[in-house]
Amino acid sequence: MTTTPELSSTPLLEIKDVHHSYGSVVALDNISISIADNEFFALLGPSGCGKTTLLRSIAGFETPSSGSILLDGVDLTTLPAHKRPVNMMFQSYALFPHMSVEKNVAYGLESEGVDKSEIRRRVGEILEIVGLAAFAHRRPAKLSGGQRQRVALARAIVKRPRLLLLDEPLSALDRKVRAEMQLELKRMQHEVGMTFVVVTHDQEEAMSMADRIAVLNNGAVEQLDTPLGLYSRPATRFVASFIGSANLFDGIAVAGGIDIPHLGMFAVAHTLDLGSPATLVVRPEDVLLVGPSETILSGLVVDTFFLGGSSTVSIEVPSLARPIHCTVHAANVAAFGERVGLTFDLARCVVVENPLN
Amino acid sequence: MRKSGFGRVPLWLTYAFLYVPILIVVIMSFNSSKNLFVWRGFTLDWYPAVFADNAIMVGLQNTLIVATSVTVLATAIGTLMAVGIHRYTRGGLIRAFAIAPALLPDLLMAVGLLSLFSLLSMTLGLYSVVIAHTTFAMAFVTAIVLARLANLDPSLEEASRDLGATAARTFWRVTLPQLAPGMVAGALLSFTLSLDEFVIAFFTTAPTTPTLPIAIYSMVRFGVTPEINALATMLLFVSVLTVIGAQRLTRITDSL
Repeated sequence: MTTTPELSSTPLLEIKDVHHSYGSVVALDNISISIADNEFFALLGPSGCGKTTLLRSIAGFETPSSGSILLDGVDLTTLPAHKRPVNMMFQSYALFPHMSVEKNVAYGLESEGVDKSEIRRRVGEILEIVGLAAFAHRRPAKLSGGQRQRVALARAIVKRPRLLLLDEPLSALDRKVRAEMQLELKRMQHEVGMTFVVVTHDQEEAMSMADRIAVLNNGAVEQLDTPLGLYSRPATRFVASFIGSANLFDGIAVAGGIDIPHLGMFAVAHTLDLGSPATLVVRPEDVLLVGPSETILSGLVVDTFFLGGSSTVSIEVPSLARPIHCTVHAANVAAFGERVGLTFDLARCVVVENPLN
Repeated sequence: MRKSGFGRVPLWLTYAFLYVPILIVVIMSFNSSKNLFVWRGFTLDWYPAVFADNAIMVGLQNTLIVATSVTVLATAIGTLMAVGIHRYTRGGLIRAFAIAPALLPDLLMAVGLLSLFSLLSMTLGLYSVVIAHTTFAMAFVTAIVLARLANLDPSLEEASRDLGATAARTFWRVTLPQLAPGMVAGALLSFTLSLDEFVIAFFTTAPTTPTLPIAIYSMVRFGVTPEINALATMLLFVSVLTVIGAQRLTRITDSL
């Protein structure tokens, strides 16, 4: 596991060997993660990977079978949800429909017993920050999706929690609003100086917002890294295919590289056991188009997708089951049916273990 | 699709079948003749006569005491029952048994309750009617509140806990307000059901404390008087208002 050096060394939240199972189904498989103060952290994975269970364990709605969760060094594991200095923004927002925006936001402070004038001041302040001061007396039903999301955010941060948990915060919004809110959340996190832990299944969302991402699969952490690290140095075959798009070539690890049937040997450094099943990960932008005679690998262009600044070209290579995807700049798009040669920028490629075989 | 002319005859016949008897009662309550089957002209005299009749007034008072107590008890117990079932049970059988008293034959309930009361050597009176009516009225409340709970976002309660509220505060500030429309609808239904319930009340009350339907029954044995028509018309009016009220409330709830 890698930790980025610029983050403070004493973690705010420490998840230690957390294990959770429902009957025989393992939801969390000995997870250990440290999250630093002021970090924007994402738990990313497909549905059923355990990310929501982990978030709910931090909030106190699930009790792990074993392991501990420490906040500022204090063990939270046995503390009930309402006593944890942690707040959560729910996927459905869970705004109280019978209360106005103002009352929703004040609810947490009232529960804490903060005095009335203080509540009014803090609620006013936070509504100003999220830009909803004019809507203070509205009911949630009379707000748009984006406004509701901001009320949910205001309600969760008005108590100034040490840690804010966000469960799929943008999934209820349509595409355009989602992009705006993504920036807004990031800005808000800087503004309030709070640690955010966001759960999402959307890798683009995680990549664009988070400082670090833990990729979860089948209840275990596959890789914990910065977005760039996950993309350029995927540790497993799952991460390589889940983050961004990638051409995966299965083969056998050999000394100094990987041997792929029909394609030959590619010199990429790795630490796998010699002779073990391995996969070469080649990002589309690391596939270079050359003349068909300049390389041993060639194929026919079967598809081109023009994306504005660049194009994705699919090339069918006779010996491979799937076409190879390649990102090229718009100016030099290969034509449909054209025969092209391919080379890989091996310095940027990665060899990972192949657990499928 | 719209149909006109003869296509609608069956519809009107069905409505006539449903509402003509009620219409006759209402019309006859304004009949100046004492004879039920002869129209002698319009009068409002029977309405004040209802309030002058001691037997009816005693019955009405008893019924109001019973219906009000039943409403309070059935709403409180039925709501708690629904919350308990919703939170702690999965199976349909427990649900079915909670709601069954609403559908069981009145006679079965009446005989069963009477047997139970005498087994326990309880003296009968209004309170035994209250207990008896509460058993079936709370089943209605449970059914209505359960339906409301099924549509409730479970993360509302979690959000409340997350914001630092205790379980009790969560129940008062979040759960109950969300259930309120269902509770009010259940309460109104309990009130109307108890108001005109005859069979169970007949079995479980003491002869000295007749409820209104029982008082009316003992008068009707000597023939239906226009006075009773007037009373029935007033009860109809109250029931219709209550039902409309209940429906309005559920509709307001649905639109939320």
